[in-house]
Amino acid sequence: MAKPTTPRPSRAKAKAQSPASADHNRPRPETPSDYKATKEELLEFYRQMVLIRRFEEKAGQLYGLGLIGGFCHLYIGQEAVAVGIQSALQPGKDSVITGYRDHGHMLAYGIDPNVIMAELTGREAGISRGKGGSMHMFSVEHKFFGGHGIVGAQVSLGAGLGFAHKYNGDGGVCVAYFGDGAANQGQVYESFNMAELWKLPIIFVIENNQYAMGTSVNRSSAEDQLYRRGESFRIPGIQVNGMDVLAVRGATEEALKWVQGGNGPILLEMKTYRYRGHSMSDPAKYRSREEVQAMRDKSDPIEGVKKYLADAGVSEDELKKIDQDIRKVVSEAADFAETSPEPDMAELYTDVLVEQY
Amino acid sequence: MGIEIKMPALSPTMEEGTLAKWLVKEGDEVRSGDILAEIETDKATMEFEAVDEGKIGAIVIPEGTEGVKVGTVIATMAGEGGDRVTAAPKAEESAPPAKPEAAPEAPKKAESGTSKLASEAKASVADPDLPEGTEYVKTTVREALRDAMAEEMRRDERVFVMGEEVAEYQGAYKVTQGLLEEFGDRRVIDTPITEYGFAGVGTGAAMGGLRPVIEFMTFNFAMQAIDHIINSAAKTNYMSGGQMRCPIVFRGPNGAASRVAAQHSQNYGPWYASVPGLIVIAPYDAADAKGLLKAAIRSEDPVVFLENELVYGRSFDVPKVDDYVLPIGKARIMREGKDVTLVSYSIGVGVALEAAEQLAGESIEAEVIDLRTLRPLDTATVLDSLKKTNRLVVVEEGWPVCSIASEIAAVVMEKGFDDLDAPVLRVTNEDVPLPYAANLEKAALIDAARVVTAVKKVCYR
Repeated sequence: MAKPTTPRPSRAKAKAQSPASADHNRPRPETPSDYKATKEELLEFYRQMVLIRRFEEKAGQLYGLGLIGGFCHLYIGQEAVAVGIQSALQPGKDSVITGYRDHGHMLAYGIDPNVIMAELTGREAGISRGKGGSMHMFSVEHKFFGGHGIVGAQVSLGAGLGFAHKYNGDGGVCVAYFGDGAANQGQVYESFNMAELWKLPIIFVIENNQYAMGTSVNRSSAEDQLYRRGESFRIPGIQVNGMDVLAVRGATEEALKWVQGGNGPILLEMKTYRYRGHSMSDPAKYRSREEVQAMRDKSDPIEGVKKYLADAGVSEDELKKIDQDIRKVVSEAADFAETSPEPDMAELYTDVLVEQY
Repeated sequence: MGIEIKMPALSPTMEEGTLAKWLVKEGDEVRSGDILAEIETDKATMEFEAVDEGKIGAIVIPEGTEGVKVGTVIATMAGEGGDRVTAAPKAEESAPPAKPEAAPEAPKKAESGTSKLASEAKASVADPDLPEGTEYVKTTVREALRDAMAEEMRRDERVFVMGEEVAEYQGAYKVTQGLLEEFGDRRVIDTPITEYGFAGVGTGAAMGGLRPVIEFMTFNFAMQAIDHIINSAAKTNYMSGGQMRCPIVFRGPNGAASRVAAQHSQNYGPWYASVPGLIVIAPYDAADAKGLLKAAIRSEDPVVFLENELVYGRSFDVPKVDDYVLPIGKARIMREGKDVTLVSYSIGVGVALEAAEQLAGESIEAEVIDLRTLRPLDTATVLDSLKKTNRLVVVEEGWPVCSIASEIAAVVMEKGFDDLDAPVLRVTNEDVPLPYAANLEKAALIDAARVVTAVKKVCYR
């Protein structure tokens, strides 16, 4: 899927004439086109995606060594989604919230890899002072509001962030990411209802990596074309090739235009894929090795960008240089995370409450 | 044959009302369904409609009369038959949708157990922090809560109120009355019936820098939203290493209401008080309701603010001072005594005060402590009192198991053991879901008599 397209599967096309389109007079967002990136932008996409990939591989390694505990959900394969969307947002103005598969997102927002990795190893220098771990990381400074471990909670919370943008009239938009699994939670629809009712500035992004833990979309979702899930709330949905960073960016531009135009929320379904298991402890018996390999071979987001870069005249050597720099950054982050001290025992009792009573 | 038209009960808790307006006059012919009068309860103005056909005989209670007790004959009618039932209320602004309307006056009124819960008892000890000569204003708990919200909304643009029926309906229990008019629909927001969703929206808005006051129509419905209260609001500051705050207030009525049975009658105090990261407040009287709600809205921490429907309409003295804000985490001595300590909170405080009054007649002087805040617990005030009295009874309108009473008993065991001359006793509701039948409901709920019995036990009398 290296071709820069925004595919709509044939099934979705056939259904476009279904009764759902009855109120066709309602304005709808335009069909997005792939983003036209400059060479510099392409290089930055490449750099960020490779950073996420190498970082996550390293995290997997550290997990295997017992340095990272608990649950650890890797973003490998899904890099184009966070990178493509984040590149369209305005730092310091727009807000972002996601679930527990959050390391990749944080890297895409320019948060220091050292403090992320140190959180994974549960150290004092971690972004949550070692008290949150893989699933609970936040950076208020970057308007990254977590990092939430309860599946679907971030969708209601995100609607609240959108509410705050509107209440304050600050022009910001909230992006709330959730998975195909969370898309079956009731509170997602409670939030859809209120977001559209109150025209909240929010982009709902379903990262459809096709498996909710081990249950495939088809086995868990009566309507498996998830971009249609907002229709009964009058929230328009767009299905996007989430393995292609330019398609992702293009769709985000269109979504931002829609939301910033005061039209209320929009839903983007990012068709993507995770190469690794749901978490580090997932034996992945529910899918074949061949299926994963086929995705890697045909649809890898990093390989896709490489092709664009080649077309733009960037040499292999230039990319190799970036690769080396990133390996250095990641290995430094790992060293930092391994050598940083654990939290002071006094930290056990701090931050339970803000005030003293 | 004459028919008596009686003052109807228009809500589960109504005991009296104002006959606001007669819409018929003596000699008028009425048919069933005709509106006879408008009646004001403390919650709403309701239309009162005829059930029978006939001619209005005498209007016994003139319009404008306040404090007309339920069951009082307000008019007579010359009917065609000898119909027993004369009139039925028609809800214009009814009680909350999930709550049944009370039937018009039945021949024998079943006495709810809650009628003994909502005591008229008041503190006999003034707040030592208030200057002498402070003026007091009689205020209902309902008005005190509304005043607290309104004052904080005037003070801080970030404060908004959100919940079911808080705006146009003026609050399911009228607590938010008038807020929409003053602050507009940007800041007073009606939600769909979607507790989990709007609790999450509120929590997210707090994370985004606002100061939400989220009203649950009752805390029974907050069980659908408890995930956000605990997992999202209470834990985030800790999980983020102190980066991400969540200054939000979840408020609404809690505990047993009148004749609404098990799903609408539960005290969640112990549930929330068990969660680190939350502040839990459960005031009894109007002054505390006002001062503590203002403190809750200003707090940087998430607060669960547990009110009680049965005391909403009770009037108490509220000090007339600018910006009356009380400290969170401080218990209050409501009555001084030397023989036994009664520890309670919320509606239980009234029961404890009533028991103390009775005990005084038997020369047992009970000290009554209102915890006011359930988390953090003011154990120092409890232990200090125990030092003086050496006997302690906890009075709690809630279940006994894993209760605040259990917690107080444990604290006293650990830190006040040497001061005890008798075991700590718990007076709580029975360990059953709250039944509907009036006699069973009454049997399930605490009352002053049980407190008196327990006190006599610990005093070996």
